[in-house]
Amino acid sequence: MRFARRAWILAWKDLTIEWRAKETLNSLFFFALLLIFLFQFALGPDRERLSAALPGLLWLGFILSGLLSLGRTFAGERDNDCWDGLRLAPGEKSAIYVGKLAGNLLLMLAVEAIFLLLFGVFFDLDLVAALPGLALVVGLGTLGLAAVGTLFAAMTAHVRARELLFPVLLLPVEVPVLLGTVKATEAVLLGEPLGTVAHWLKLLAVANVIYLTIGVLTFDVVLDG
Amino acid sequence: MWFSTGRRGLTGVLGWLAALGLLAGLGLALGVAPREVSQGNVQRIMYLHVPSILTAYLAFAIVLVASLGYLVSRRQAWDHWAGSAAELGTVFTGLTLASGSLWGKPTWGTWWTWDARLTSTAVMFVTYVAYLMLRGMIDEAERRAQFAAVLGIVAALNLPLVHFSVLWWRTLHQPPTLLRPVPAALAGIFRLTLGVNWAAFTLLFAYLLAKRIRVGRLSEEGLP
Repeated sequence: MRFARRAWILAWKDLTIEWRAKETLNSLFFFALLLIFLFQFALGPDRERLSAALPGLLWLGFILSGLLSLGRTFAGERDNDCWDGLRLAPGEKSAIYVGKLAGNLLLMLAVEAIFLLLFGVFFDLDLVAALPGLALVVGLGTLGLAAVGTLFAAMTAHVRARELLFPVLLLPVEVPVLLGTVKATEAVLLGEPLGTVAHWLKLLAVANVIYLTIGVLTFDVVLDG
Repeated sequence: MWFSTGRRGLTGVLGWLAALGLLAGLGLALGVAPREVSQGNVQRIMYLHVPSILTAYLAFAIVLVASLGYLVSRRQAWDHWAGSAAELGTVFTGLTLASGSLWGKPTWGTWWTWDARLTSTAVMFVTYVAYLMLRGMIDEAERRAQFAAVLGIVAALNLPLVHFSVLWWRTLHQPPTLLRPVPAALAGIFRLTLGVNWAAFTLLFAYLLAKRIRVGRLSEEGLP
């Protein structure tokens, strides 16, 4: 219980800062808009081609915006010299990981909701029917991204060239998550029942369990480094 | 860790054994083993290709064990093992990819194809290149060891996930009918040649690992 409370306090602090400054959210909203322009320019007006590439584009957008927001997970603590405060916080260090992860997850899901809305508007898609399935797939995939991303963000926070190193570390590890989510999103958007992609959903679930376990167990090592 | 603690004699023996093994393997591969019927001489790349990837797997298994060892004991020696094995594993994976590419061009007609095995090997390669980049960007030995150990564990436990995801990604929609070499029943001499080369590669790996660990330790001792 105290563990959950500690994690929640940290997540609440991060979300409050974000809510008041809206630094990340505003930039990412605009970034999403720009990405949609880029996708349109790259693929042209051909609707067929666009709808075939849609699941991949969607996740390309999610991962690019995710890389930006995840990479900034510890920016506040680093820039304001609060890193030691974080380290000296009483209790288990893994509560910090869970709190940061929860904050990241909520922020990423908010950006992804905006993304979906923009996709719906600009590419004239009807996403309402696919929404429940999509929510499950996007939720699982985003958790997979955020679980490793939060751990690696702490790792790269004090490394030189961290903006470069962070995506280089994260992307190879996320290959299974990306393959699974793109395939499952494709099926959901085509209106297929979730049963047809059950193996992908299981893979995502297993991946998330593995990532979360490693994150919880090794976070104190990363934080002390 | 007997062969990294300065017993240079043992390392030397390992080196000579590796050299002899490689010579024997080369002789068998180029001279003794017969021309394969369907692929011709190009099939001889297998004697380089297969031992390389098996050695790379061994190296990455060592990275995992050494990373766990470091996190449990916090002894710097484990980190030397992990970093050295990762470097060599990356080299041997690169050798596998390059030799596979050379083998693929005449037999499949293409340097590269997004076949499941090729893709997961390539993902493994970039994962450990990223691991080495992380190591390269941290100067403090202790911090480097801590972060690398965590990444070494994540990378290794992720490999099965990569394997299955890539397999399903490729094979559920189009089963690899032509693009998979089938060395199902290898005849005796092929098997022997492969075995000798594998043993030689493993010896070479052990020799290089011992040397690399020594270099790592010396360079650390040299720092103020």
